[in-house]
Amino acid sequence: MELNVQMLSIIGAAVAVSFGAIGPALGEGRAIAAAMDAIARQPEAAGTLSRTLFVGLAMIETMAIYCLVVALLLLYANPFAG
Amino acid sequence: MDTNPLALDILFSLGPVPISRAVVTTWVIMALLTSVSWLGARRAQVHAGALQTVLEIVVETLEKQIREIIRRDPWPYLPLLGTLFIFLVVANLSAVIPGAKPPTGHIETPAALAGIVFLSVHFFGIRSLGTGDYLKRYIKPNPILLPLNVLSELTRTFSLMIRLFGNMMSHEFVLAIVVFLAGLLLPIPFMLLGIMIGIIQAYIFTVLAAVFIGAAVGGEAE
Repeated sequence: MELNVQMLSIIGAAVAVSFGAIGPALGEGRAIAAAMDAIARQPEAAGTLSRTLFVGLAMIETMAIYCLVVALLLLYANPFAG
Repeated sequence: MDTNPLALDILFSLGPVPISRAVVTTWVIMALLTSVSWLGARRAQVHAGALQTVLEIVVETLEKQIREIIRRDPWPYLPLLGTLFIFLVVANLSAVIPGAKPPTGHIETPAALAGIVFLSVHFFGIRSLGTGDYLKRYIKPNPILLPLNVLSELTRTFSLMIRLFGNMMSHEFVLAIVVFLAGLLLPIPFMLLGIMIGIIQAYIFTVLAAVFIGAAVGGEAE
C-alpha cells in the first residue's frame, strides 16, 4: 500500500491531537487539584481562586488547542495535498 | 460529516456580497439584544418594572465581577466587556434552538471579536497612560525583551480567537459523531455539556479580555 499525502495528513492529525492532549490534561489535573486543596483550606477565598483557576486553565488549554489547529490545517487546509 | 469547518456556509447573496449563516445569526442576536435592552430601558423609572429590574441585576452583576478582575472603576470598560459577554452567551447557546448554528463555531466571528479586543486593549492603554508611557511598557524590564513582548501580544490574541472557535466547533463535531454512532437519547447529555461549555467559554473570553485590558491600563488605582 502506497502512502500518499492525504493518508499521512490524517495520521499526522491524529498523532497531533492525541499526543498534544496528554500534556495539557496532566497540567490541568494538577492545577485543579491544587485549587481544590486551596479552597478546602480557605473556603472564603473560593471566588478569587476559581476565577484565577479559570484563566489559568484557559492558558493551559491553549497548548491543546494549538494541536487542534494543526490537525485542522492538516485535514482541511493542507498546502501539500494538491 | 464531510463539512469543512473552515469553509463558509453561504445562505444567499445580497447583490455581489455573499451572506453566510453566521452573519444572519449574528444580526438576529444583535436585533434581539438591542430590542430587549430598548424595551427595558425605554422608560427607566426608580420603581422599576420586571424587565428593567432584570436588566439592572445583569448589569450590576457584570459590574461587580469586572471590578474584582481589573481592580479599578469598571464603568469605562463595562460597555465593551458586558456586551461581549452577553453576546457570546446568547451566540453560544443559540445551538439549543433547532436549526440554528452558533456563529462562534465558524472562524470569522471569533476572529472579529478577538480583533476588537486586540484594538481596544491598545486604545484603553494609550488613553489611560499616554502614548509614550504605554509604548515604554514594551521595553520593560529590558529592551532585549521587545520582540517577545510584541510576539506575546499577537499570540494571545490568536489563542483567544482559536480557543473560542476550537471549543464551539469541536463540540459541533462531537455531537455529529454521536448522532452518527447512536441514535435517539445518547446525544442529550452531550447537548447539556454543550450548554455548559458555551457559558464557560463566554466567561473565559470575557475574563481574558478584562485581564488584558486591566494589564494594559496598568498602574494602581483606587
